[in-house]
Amino acid sequence: MILSVQNVVKTYGDYMAVNHVSLDVPKGSVFGMLGPNGAGKTSLIRMITTITAPDSGVIYLDGAKLHARSPEQIGYMPEERGLYKKMKVGEQLLYLGQLKGLSKVQARQEIEHWFTKFDIKDWWGKKVEDLSKGMQQKIQFIATVLHKPKLLILDEPFTGLDPINTNLIKDEIGQLNAAGTSIIFSTHRMEQVEEMCDHIVLINKGKNVLYGEVGAIKNEYKENLFRVEFQGEAPADFPDRWVVKDRKNHALTFQLENDDQSNDLLRHFIQKGARITRFEEILPSFNEIFIKRVGETE
Amino acid sequence: MNKIWLIIQREYLTRVRSRAFILSTLLTPVAFGAFIGLQALFVTYKGGDAKHVVVLDEGNYIKTGIPDTREVRFSKAPANRNLDSLKNDVRAKKYDGILRLPPLANLSVKKQTLFYYSDDQLSPDIERTLSRKMEEKIRDFKIDSLHLDRKTLEELDTNVSLDPEPIDKEDKNASTLTSGVAVGISFFIGILMYIIVLMYGAMVMRSVMEEKTNRIVEVMMSSVRPFQLMLGKIIGSAGVGTTQLILWAILNTLVFIGVSAMVGVDAAATQPGMDGVANGVDASQAQELFPQIMDEIARQNWWYIVVVTILFFIGGYFLYASMFAALGSAVGDDMGEGQSLTFPVMLPIIVAFLIMTSVVMRAPNSPLAVFASLFPLFSPIVMPGRLAFDPPVWQVVLSVLILLGTAVFFVWLSGRIYRVGILMYGKKVTTKEIWKWLFYKG
Repeated sequence: MILSVQNVVKTYGDYMAVNHVSLDVPKGSVFGMLGPNGAGKTSLIRMITTITAPDSGVIYLDGAKLHARSPEQIGYMPEERGLYKKMKVGEQLLYLGQLKGLSKVQARQEIEHWFTKFDIKDWWGKKVEDLSKGMQQKIQFIATVLHKPKLLILDEPFTGLDPINTNLIKDEIGQLNAAGTSIIFSTHRMEQVEEMCDHIVLINKGKNVLYGEVGAIKNEYKENLFRVEFQGEAPADFPDRWVVKDRKNHALTFQLENDDQSNDLLRHFIQKGARITRFEEILPSFNEIFIKRVGETE
Repeated sequence: MNKIWLIIQREYLTRVRSRAFILSTLLTPVAFGAFIGLQALFVTYKGGDAKHVVVLDEGNYIKTGIPDTREVRFSKAPANRNLDSLKNDVRAKKYDGILRLPPLANLSVKKQTLFYYSDDQLSPDIERTLSRKMEEKIRDFKIDSLHLDRKTLEELDTNVSLDPEPIDKEDKNASTLTSGVAVGISFFIGILMYIIVLMYGAMVMRSVMEEKTNRIVEVMMSSVRPFQLMLGKIIGSAGVGTTQLILWAILNTLVFIGVSAMVGVDAAATQPGMDGVANGVDASQAQELFPQIMDEIARQNWWYIVVVTILFFIGGYFLYASMFAALGSAVGDDMGEGQSLTFPVMLPIIVAFLIMTSVVMRAPNSPLAVFASLFPLFSPIVMPGRLAFDPPVWQVVLSVLILLGTAVFFVWLSGRIYRVGILMYGKKVTTKEIWKWLFYKG
């Protein structure tokens, strides 16, 4: 495990922002942290990044309790992010890199590496305020990953990004992950979770309400829905145990009692002489799971 | 520690290289130079040509002529002329005005009215010259008429000076100038402390607010402790302030020397109020005083004053700058809100300044002065102001200890507010809420 959060509590005055949350982030995973606004995601992330400390509970990073030098192993891009507007790009990255424990020489080498990669070699002396928004976001990303963190925490990383930069950053995240960086990805955009994450946690009202591997969660929440597309006449009748949930021309959706009846369903269609063009299991989208689970825990 | 050093460096370098810093550092001496240069020019400004005044001496005061001055040229009206014919001369621009001196009712009058005829406004300068000259003439007239001996009269005047002498403390042979010089020194130090605390404290606040509005603060927080960031800012800003003060001291001295050489001012001429006769001190006396004052300034125990003042500067700066930092973190991007919250912080500074200027300088050892120089919110301004009056050493030591202790406490307290406030967005902050932050854990 790159990160292990154990029974963590955080209160602000009378308000309990994080309520006994436990979770593990496997090494090398892309871990989605989901939840409505105000659920406690940012409070949890701030404890992981050592910005605040838990009232109780423990957090381990790569097997060791969080300590003063832990931030050097974490790259954090907060939702509220920005840069010193009046500072030059190069100086700013040098400064932020050194604060993350790099030496000046190391920081300079890394900056040059990323400048070459993004093809922005002539930006060193430019002031941040003279850069476009998209350009600033590239610099922000470089600042986050400059010190080669083991764990990268991205809070709503794509808000405000144009499609080109979104893809660019997505690619970079993919490459970093392939190279072994674990990634925590906090968002409320479900399609990104499905696309990128292998594990998720759903937080609502400070509590961990759903947690696990993406495929397993989907299986757990599936309703044994199968959709058959075919040509020709639909079979006239079905056994009662198969409920027709949706009926369209040449497409029927069934809810089965359990998923090992899927072959029976297909066989039934074939025996009745229909020509199958498509047969699939319909898994719930994370959006549905999310709304369902949040509704259950309200 | 290394991180604090990085923060100090950044804070210092970005500020010192900023356009605002360079402009204010250079423009202040320029403004200062322009000020003293213009003042010197205006003081020596004659207001055009000297006025030509004809004197109608009805009282027969004037035996000899009246010597001309820089502003006024005098002519005595011939005995056959009267007021009306002289008025015609004024209309014909022969003279600028007529000064009529009616006879004295008797020799013991204490008040006499003279008349000046002209359609031009009488300037205060000329009015002063005319009345002073005529007072002299009437005095001479009275002396002669009463047959008094001029020499005896002069011997009546005695110049008294007071020389304070110590009874037990032998090292303190103060001269009559000591307290005057002490007032000067204490005013100077007091006002300097006031400016430093207000100006650079506010700079810390702006710098904190800037990080919050830039939204970089959370990025920073994931690398450094909030306390490190706050302390780095406070120390970095102190460096900026010190740099600026040193540059100002050098530049203003150069400008002063340069401007003085250019317009040829002497120290007395720049002071309009120091008009010799009017103050009963003539120029030669002022010139005698100058080395005495310098001597008195040099006699001060400067090592003591400077070292203790620096201690108060450090304590006062940290005390107030940390409060400004906490404020900046709490208000964030709302400048107007910032101003309303700054007032409670500025209030003690202003009160301290008032006590320093109005109480300490008149009664440096009064109970209020002693209290204010021990109370840590006032002492950074009041105690350095008292130093030139030589307060008891135990008071100075106690005051320094209280101040430094309080400063450490306030830095800690502000750190607790700062760490919460800096991450708080989009919420209107009340004093009650700030109070709650103090007790948040971790």
